[in-house]
Amino acid sequence: MNPADNSPLWIRGARVIDPSAKRDEAKGDVFALDGKFVDQLSPADQAKARIIDGKGLVIAPGFVDLNCRLGEPGLTPRETIRTGTRAAAAGGFTTVVTMPDSLPAADNVGTIQLLREICARDAAVRVLPTGTLTKGHEGKALAPLGTMKKTGVVAVTDTTSGVQNNEIMRRALEYAAMFDLVVLDHCQDSSMTEGGQMHEGAWSLRLGLRGLPRTAEEVVVSSDCLLAELTKARIHLQHLSSGGSADIVRRAKAKQLAVTAEVSALHLLLTDAALAHYGTSLKTNPPLREEVDRLALIAALVDGTIDAICSDHSPYTATEKDCEFDLAPFGAATLETAFAAAHTALVTGGHADLSLLIARLTHGPAKALGLSAGTLKAGALADLVLLDPKAAWTPTAADLLSKSGNNPLVGRALTGRVRATFVGGRQVFGA
Amino acid sequence: MAPQDTWTKKDLTGIEELSRAEIELLFRQADQFLPALAPGKGLDLMKGRTVVNLFLEPSTRTRTAFEISAKKLGAEVVSINTTASSLVKGETLRDTAMNIRAMGVDAIVMRHSSAGSARYLGSVLDISVINAGDGAHEHPTQALLDAFTLRQRFGKVEGLKVTILGDILFSRVARSNILCLSKLGAQVTLAGPATLVPASLKEAFPQVRIVHDLKEALKDCDAVMLLRIQHERQTTTHFPSLGEYTSQFGLNAERAAWLKPEAIVMHPGPINRGVEVESEVADGPRSVILEQVRNGVAVRMAVLHLCTGAISR
Repeated sequence: MNPADNSPLWIRGARVIDPSAKRDEAKGDVFALDGKFVDQLSPADQAKARIIDGKGLVIAPGFVDLNCRLGEPGLTPRETIRTGTRAAAAGGFTTVVTMPDSLPAADNVGTIQLLREICARDAAVRVLPTGTLTKGHEGKALAPLGTMKKTGVVAVTDTTSGVQNNEIMRRALEYAAMFDLVVLDHCQDSSMTEGGQMHEGAWSLRLGLRGLPRTAEEVVVSSDCLLAELTKARIHLQHLSSGGSADIVRRAKAKQLAVTAEVSALHLLLTDAALAHYGTSLKTNPPLREEVDRLALIAALVDGTIDAICSDHSPYTATEKDCEFDLAPFGAATLETAFAAAHTALVTGGHADLSLLIARLTHGPAKALGLSAGTLKAGALADLVLLDPKAAWTPTAADLLSKSGNNPLVGRALTGRVRATFVGGRQVFGA
Repeated sequence: MAPQDTWTKKDLTGIEELSRAEIELLFRQADQFLPALAPGKGLDLMKGRTVVNLFLEPSTRTRTAFEISAKKLGAEVVSINTTASSLVKGETLRDTAMNIRAMGVDAIVMRHSSAGSARYLGSVLDISVINAGDGAHEHPTQALLDAFTLRQRFGKVEGLKVTILGDILFSRVARSNILCLSKLGAQVTLAGPATLVPASLKEAFPQVRIVHDLKEALKDCDAVMLLRIQHERQTTTHFPSLGEYTSQFGLNAERAAWLKPEAIVMHPGPINRGVEVESEVADGPRSVILEQVRNGVAVRMAVLHLCTGAISR
């Protein structure tokens, strides 16, 4: 990693893809000055610029992740802001939205302030915190959304607890809308998932594991869409895993409801069949589902029903994951492999071109939350990635910068690699 | 296909991992152990070896059968039950198992409530791991003794029609039996209420037939395997009451008359008399329940002998 460097940046001769500006040039240059993109550098600035030859590489806006966990405060055996944001940088993410289920939960101004202080000290990329929707994400009483907004949260969510009560969800949407706070929802009816360990289907039956049925997600996606219609509030549906959910969102969008959605990169690549050997690193919530779901999610991503690809980075220590399957926590540490996973599934898989993939990693998520990130336009913060879409690689545990090793793609052949990442014109990852 | 004569697996974690040739090899080994079941008889093939029964779920029958099997082979046996176990104190399964292994043990027989735990333990340890039931996943020695009993009764398993009746969804016995019987060439029918025998089982096990009509399930089969209705496991949503289950699917003399004359009735035990089976059937001429129990010792002797032998070889 290069030391912090304020010199102007000139990356030349790369393919430039910026979906926010509908830009896709086979060969172009990108310039940054004082942390922001500029259209051109003056001859004086050119003379002192750091020049990078982008031949054979792709320049894209830095990726925006709407769903990750970076361990702080309180869960530092799993991840810290220092390790987690370096993992993010290695994955090409320059803006990450963190979930509020820390210890203590980010349901109060003090915790969020503490997180912001840690980030100011340690973060390698831009970290945007969220707050809980209800106190302690218990689903009972609303958290202080207005004061949390003032402290800098960009959205509110009860994350994996979900919101089980439609009355609370309705009032939360109405109240959050007053502060222009997007509500994120992990859609799951917990009455249908008690004891569930993986997708309910042929594999769960073979493996003797209790299932998390698709319907448990779809009923909440439905109710969220109905509540969005009632309240006119903005709601963003987190990591959809079922093809049926995508159908419901497609209908909601056709009715012009303010609903957006995301999918995790892992769900674009793998299915429940990967759990045949009870690998705990593949135990996620929502669970990996079937090939029909995977293909439906890809189709929904391509047609714009799903706006964003997220990492859903959920680190757990080796000890926490080294146990019986049903005792293992849900989650995979995926920041560093999200681009490669999505690229392998979408582009190598022949479902989409690179430009669409980049749109769903940049402009799509930024727009869903109203963030100014995810663009190469002049004046914007100079956050960018240099990608090598042709690179074939197999992640190894030693490659990964996350403090936790529960990345299920270790040992799996992928194509597409992040070569360098810049935040505000400064390099935070790459040689 | 020449019969397989060498056993290479140190573990028995499930029927899924076994080939038909391995199952048949195991049966031939169990045949040889049948005479040792007589009182006063015993062998010394595992003399000097130690077997630990690590039972993290309550069990009397399976644990006892494994203890007797090991003792009939001359092994020392130590049984650890859930209440005595250090796992209660928060130790991980890996640590518990590594501690047992460090004491110089040759095999661990484990029952555990977590599906997949036997495979996990087998991958962690370099000594034999025998699955005595892992959650709702597999109970391989039960399926082996069931198929062994069918083979004893009918001469072979190939071509037999076997109906498994009851709680399939939560049953490790059902899973292992579906796999074992299919591998040996029997046709399997699953029967019971739709909530415990969902149509989706057909996706998981395409070779089986699913019926919800008891008469249809019973009329053609050579054997009916009754599963224990474990009302402590099912939440109340899966069927209304034990009485309702009995009225719809309980096997009584009147319904047993739907069976072919030579058809047999099997049960892995322990029986809920008056729930899934009436006493007149459980104790009647069709019942092979006690033969199953007896064969269970010979089959488990074969499993212990072959798996521990695979390591010294």
